[in-house]
Amino acid sequence: MIVVNNRDKLDWKEGMTVRDVLTAMNYTYKLITVTVNGTLVPKEQYDTFTIPDGAQVTVFHLSHGG
Amino acid sequence: MFSRNVPGMTAVLSRATVGVAGCGGLGSNAAMLLVRAGVGHLVLVDFDRVELSNLNRQFFFQSDLGKPKVIALAEHLREINPAVNLTVHEMKLSRETVAGTFASCDLLIEAFDRAEAKEWLIEAWCAAYPDRPIVCASGLAGYGKSGAMQVRRAGNIVMVGDGASDMIEGLCAARVMIAAALEANEAIALLMAKGGAR
Repeated sequence: MIVVNNRDKLDWKEGMTVRDVLTAMNYTYKLITVTVNGTLVPKEQYDTFTIPDGAQVTVFHLSHGG
Repeated sequence: MFSRNVPGMTAVLSRATVGVAGCGGLGSNAAMLLVRAGVGHLVLVDFDRVELSNLNRQFFFQSDLGKPKVIALAEHLREINPAVNLTVHEMKLSRETVAGTFASCDLLIEAFDRAEAKEWLIEAWCAAYPDRPIVCASGLAGYGKSGAMQVRRAGNIVMVGDGASDMIEGLCAARVMIAAALEANEAIALLMAKGGAR
């Protein structure tokens, strides 16, 4: 099992990628920052970075304004 | 100047160097708060000049119109504390220049307006300096909804804001400054926890 954003629990599967988590969570935002166990995963690795069982995944949505 | 600071704060913060990426609504106000707190050295970066439409939320004045933001901001920060050490870069940051520009910094304040830029800035900083914190903001548009402003953490990334509102709603100083103040406050806490400079 993994935990997303300190809140949502997802069943873990062997070979699960960041993209799989985003799909399972229905995240449609394009501009995001993702960390797995506190380490940032670069955007180009969303399809290849595999998530270990028990991981804490955080997805920050980035919106315009400053 | 710092006689009313929290005891122990001045000695630690005076040794710290903080980068400020973008000197608009978030960056100009966060920098002001950090100088008031006693941070000793700031690296300010922005390519833009002060426009009238900035004055609804940014730490600038009528007399700044047309000036490069980093120059005007440096003047104001020195009006608060003439002893503050400022490094000023009037330049457009890119993914490639983040590491070099902020090499001396213990911590980075992300203060861009465009979300795409926030994204590459966070990636570039975390790739170059994975052990140094970055304090970011996302979701500070509109007014009210004070309770929706949050602080979230993951590793060395701190994210303040409501995570949803977009500048298309319009920007109001009161709410932008909540985000800037949260960024500054989190930066101060991180620097204190680390005991100042690396």
